[in-house]
Amino acid sequence: MKVTIDPQRCQGHGRCYDLAPELFGEDDEGYGRVLGDGVVPPGEERAARVAAANCPERAIDLAEEA
Amino acid sequence: MTVDDRFTREFRQEPPAGTRNEVIAGPVSDWASDFSHLEPEWAADPYPIQDDLRARCPIAHTDRFGGGWLPTRYEDIASIAYDTERFSSRSIIMSNYRPPAEIAPVGAVPPISSDPPFHHDARKLLLPAFTKKEVARREEATRAFCHSLIDSFEGAEVVDAARDYAQHIPMRVIADMLGFPPEDGPRFRRFVESALEGVNLPPEERLARMDELFDYLYAQIRNHVADPRDDLTTYLIDVELYGRKLEPAHVAGTIALLLIAGIDTTWSAIGASLWHLAKTPADRERLVAEPGLLPTALEEFLRAYAPVTMARLVKEDMHWRGVDMKADDWVLLSFPAANRDPGQFDRADEVIIDREINRHAAFGLGIHRCVGSHLARMELRVALEVWLERVPVFGLADPSAVTWAPGQVRGPRTLPVRIG
Repeated sequence: MKVTIDPQRCQGHGRCYDLAPELFGEDDEGYGRVLGDGVVPPGEERAARVAAANCPERAIDLAEEA
Repeated sequence: MTVDDRFTREFRQEPPAGTRNEVIAGPVSDWASDFSHLEPEWAADPYPIQDDLRARCPIAHTDRFGGGWLPTRYEDIASIAYDTERFSSRSIIMSNYRPPAEIAPVGAVPPISSDPPFHHDARKLLLPAFTKKEVARREEATRAFCHSLIDSFEGAEVVDAARDYAQHIPMRVIADMLGFPPEDGPRFRRFVESALEGVNLPPEERLARMDELFDYLYAQIRNHVADPRDDLTTYLIDVELYGRKLEPAHVAGTIALLLIAGIDTTWSAIGASLWHLAKTPADRERLVAEPGLLPTALEEFLRAYAPVTMARLVKEDMHWRGVDMKADDWVLLSFPAANRDPGQFDRADEVIIDREINRHAAFGLGIHRCVGSHLARMELRVALEVWLERVPVFGLADPSAVTWAPGQVRGPRTLPVRIG
């Protein structure tokens, strides 16, 4: 699983880095950013899904590749 | 070095001429065609009204305020929030006065009153001070202040959770951030009430009250020009945009925004959350037993009792989703109504404190996302943590004595709770 943030949609609500701080962080203006390469480590899949499902702007994409 | 004389009285700009219309107040005949968010029925409980409208007339209209619309479906509210081409933010408080079109794209209180592309640049100036990381620096002082408020309850059996607790927390935090005297809280309260609840006052009185606010702000700004400090006021005085310092009206307007929007919104959110817990023992007991659930519960309180409704002005005549909107019609952007749309949320009318999926719009959607949302969340969490730790058992002392602010920011203003 891999997460990405669409910077055109992200408005810096910060739900992703509240709910999944292992996967997301904030930049100097509060916009969300993906930590590392966005590949979700084992055990973090649920956090990734919760973060994506709580983004008010639907800015987080989850790619569920094998 | 030249003296910074941008803020002397002589340079104050006159408020721009706009259009005014007759104040229409009094009981609403039909919420679908005559709505008013300033009437007591709405202030007391707007949710049944919004639910009824969503089912039978999802974009309601009123002739009050010179004409306006009230969409109640999530998808319509979201579409308008995202559509800055057809809906302007040049005034975001629905009233009987419309500022002239020339005030765009800056507006009176940038960046909330600004339209693209100026909006982005004005907002960018504020964002670094309001990140989650930056506001975390204020958590310790906020917590200590909440404890001091609870200390003052010593010996009391009944306290007013809105007046004696909720209102003081954001007042103190924003006064510290702006570098204003903390003892000016009672003045801030008057400014908030004038700006947001005084919408139907006679125009001269409303203008006089706004003058009082800006007189105060310019005095504070001049004080900071003479005596610069490490706070947001000095930052805004010194910061540059497009290679020069800000227009004085921009500095004062942004400070007005931070002061007004920083106080009543969070005051309302804290108060509404405590009101819910005071009347819902099962939720209160669960949060006392499981403090780790609070961040999730807090999002549910924000969804169910979202304090803030914004407004927009229609830019041009248009047919929009079945209604004929005219240029300069108001649109009331009710995030509270969006947050209770059963098409968007399961069991939308229930408060479920462990709701895990909660894509609510309490802080708005799109480019105008509340710039203070991280600050508000910190204040709300700390206020509730301290209250539940110190006052784990409490209930409404007199449910009929609870009063709610009318207008676009709704929260309890009188909230007697029994704590002893």
